[in-house]
Amino acid sequence: MSLQTIEIVDITQNNTKSIALAEAERVANICNACRYCEGFCAVFPAITQRRNFNEHDLEYLANLCHNCGACYHACQYAPPHEFSINLPQTLAELRAETYQKYAWPVKLGSLFHRNGLMVAISVVLAMILLMSGLLLFQDSTPVFAEHLGEGAFYQVISHQAMVALAGTSFGFSIIALFVSFIKFCRANAITLAHVFSNNVLVKASYAAGTLKYLAGGNGQGCHTKDESFSNKRRYFHHAMAWGFVLCFLATSVATLFEYTLDIMSPFPVLSLPVMLGSLGGLGLIVGPLGLLWLKMITDPKIMSIKHLGMDYAFLLLLLFISITGFLLLGFRSTSAMGMLLIIHLGFVFGLFLVLPYSKFVHALYRFVALLKFYHEQEAIKK
Amino acid sequence: MTIPIQANVLVIGGGNAGLCAAIAAQEAGAQVVLLEHSDKQDRGGNSKHTRNLRLMHDAPTETLDNSYSAKEYLDDLLKVTQGNMDQPLTEFMIEQSAKLLPWLKRMGIHFQPSLSGTLSLSNTNAFFLGGGKALINAQYLTAEHIGVKIFYHCEVTSINIEDGAFKSASVTNRGFKQTITAESVIFASGGFQANKAWMKEIWGSVADNFIIRGTPFNQGTVLKSLLAQNVESVATPEQCHAVAIDARSPKYDGGIVTRIDCISFSIVVNKNGLRFYDEGEDFWPKRYAIWGRLVAQQPDQIAYSIIDSQVTEQFMPPVFPSIQANSIEELAQLIDIAPRVLIDTVNQYNNALEATTKTSQYNPKILDQCRTQGLEPEKSNWALPINKPPYYVYPLRPGITFTYLGVKVNNKAQVMMNDGKPSKNMYAAGEIMAGNILGQGYCAGTGMTIGAVFGRIAGEETACHFKQ
Repeated sequence: MSLQTIEIVDITQNNTKSIALAEAERVANICNACRYCEGFCAVFPAITQRRNFNEHDLEYLANLCHNCGACYHACQYAPPHEFSINLPQTLAELRAETYQKYAWPVKLGSLFHRNGLMVAISVVLAMILLMSGLLLFQDSTPVFAEHLGEGAFYQVISHQAMVALAGTSFGFSIIALFVSFIKFCRANAITLAHVFSNNVLVKASYAAGTLKYLAGGNGQGCHTKDESFSNKRRYFHHAMAWGFVLCFLATSVATLFEYTLDIMSPFPVLSLPVMLGSLGGLGLIVGPLGLLWLKMITDPKIMSIKHLGMDYAFLLLLLFISITGFLLLGFRSTSAMGMLLIIHLGFVFGLFLVLPYSKFVHALYRFVALLKFYHEQEAIKK
Repeated sequence: MTIPIQANVLVIGGGNAGLCAAIAAQEAGAQVVLLEHSDKQDRGGNSKHTRNLRLMHDAPTETLDNSYSAKEYLDDLLKVTQGNMDQPLTEFMIEQSAKLLPWLKRMGIHFQPSLSGTLSLSNTNAFFLGGGKALINAQYLTAEHIGVKIFYHCEVTSINIEDGAFKSASVTNRGFKQTITAESVIFASGGFQANKAWMKEIWGSVADNFIIRGTPFNQGTVLKSLLAQNVESVATPEQCHAVAIDARSPKYDGGIVTRIDCISFSIVVNKNGLRFYDEGEDFWPKRYAIWGRLVAQQPDQIAYSIIDSQVTEQFMPPVFPSIQANSIEELAQLIDIAPRVLIDTVNQYNNALEATTKTSQYNPKILDQCRTQGLEPEKSNWALPINKPPYYVYPLRPGITFTYLGVKVNNKAQVMMNDGKPSKNMYAAGEIMAGNILGQGYCAGTGMTIGAVFGRIAGEETACHFKQ
């Protein structure tokens, strides 16, 4: 056997292993022999705990990666080197495959995986058309009339219809997300006992809440257009994520008001739900706009271009929910309220419906990956 | 941007030494032009493959443990070089190394605790967060930011010296030739290990089997031009940093991953199936730098490190998969060694192991004295019988990091001429003058310290010269 003919890494292609998975295995083995990036993020300490990488290991690494790009720019084996290592892109492609694989039902995940942006737009339009269809063709439609005072929204869409639509779409979403979450936990052998021991939950929550691993290992941030560092992405993501949380809180508080205090929406501008919602809505404008801008200027080499549609779809949905929400707030005492309400709810229910197949799932899977990471770190200490 | 025909300070070479020099000179007020042979993707010479530098320090720092005194540092270098060094210059470098950390941090270089598998260096070596390429990126960003003019694709083909002073450099840029003059010049263009013809002049056909661990751009063109013009040389041309690496490595730029760390847990045979050196002489970090030379002395410059299934998890995972077999005979066939010879070698080794009481004291963390008796050569530590299939083999070749033949400098990084006087406007830093410190042998992290210390001094000195 001539030594020159030995393959760099012997990975035999077969039907069970995707190209992304095979490439991730090849790259992880080279990274494990190098280890220079150990200080950047959690991915590398996770790599060094293994000598071989099976499918679940690689899916775990893929979801642990925050795509900061630090390891690409620091890599002595990045293209044009013959090893051609591009860990952020390799893991981004595998990560997108896990979104599809762990989606429930899987078929819907595949649909979104291929045409994220188109599917999201279609779902929103369908919701708007559905509501319009139900409301516009009544004998005396309530949509174009002015409605003021408590319960004004429900004069356009009845309370029962609103609850039915919100309940169905949100309920479906929660169930689908929960199934995916459990599937991914099981694949990673993460149990409740792991989560609730050794502060694993606290550590993972802190890392997720602060986006610790978008800080590039030393607080200098991550890469976008070139080899310089910046914290912009981290800040915009905070605006978006916390904006999302505030809007969710606003809706929860509003529901409480209606059911327990019997105060009906629309609420005054200086009420808790509107203030929370406005603050969150601001985050949902600044965050998604900033992230869309960063995606456009980011070096395409560190992203998975073919899955960008999914990212754009989610950011645009959030952005339009916020914009239509503010429009509704601004024009709620005019006759435009009816139509604006339909459009806003179209986006909200549309988001609920696509949530389990959208970029949103990265929050779940990355959190599971962080739980696993901190669990493993505790395990080696012992 | 076209290359100017004139500069205050010209820096030749864009690795760590060149960038330290360029940044120091520009910050001191000079207008600096830096010429890099490669394109942007491949910039940084051998520095992009490094991961740490060796620093003297009195107290623990954020990432360095304990302390590392000037005396300990000097002793370590004296040991590896066997005194083959300019000792006053080395002592000067060690003192200067203590001031490097804050200066490098100002360039945006971050440090991290020593990497896994490198605990033995946590006292002595500061590790760059993300390794050498991250360091290089930070240095280029800083240099560009403060106004250093950087040009890629620029090969300096010859140096024009008159009366011991630099006049101009001939540059080829994308096929176009031009000349650039400067009031001062800093040579930071590395050794000549990637120049096959030059290596063959020294090593003969043996050099055909060398693998270059770093950049293909270190052709030694500038070094050759200088040594032909009354510049005083240091170190002998066959001296270099050579380690045993995987024989399947890329011809150039294989870097760190090609190292094979299982040698002390293995037996190593040459192509005739015979052992040739004590694999367990000392801890691997203290021995890795001699094995390149040992393999270079074997027929066809190839050797094979053989382990069995007992020790597979005890060393850093290599980048290439091992060659595996279920018997020594089968293994011998895979690596083209006569099976009977290899079986004999393994049997002799197994038979020379002392009574089983000894193998029970096997401990990779200490010099465990688990050794052979009456074997030639002996294996003095970590000697376990090789009898638990499957068997694994990693083929080895000499991997050359950099050559030591260079230009002599003084403690202002000034290039010394053959008449014993320093040149008034020529300076050198990095591998091109590393032979002043390392006449032979190697101590991890010294190369980057040489580059940073002498690069910084050269930059500051040229700027003084410019101001006068």
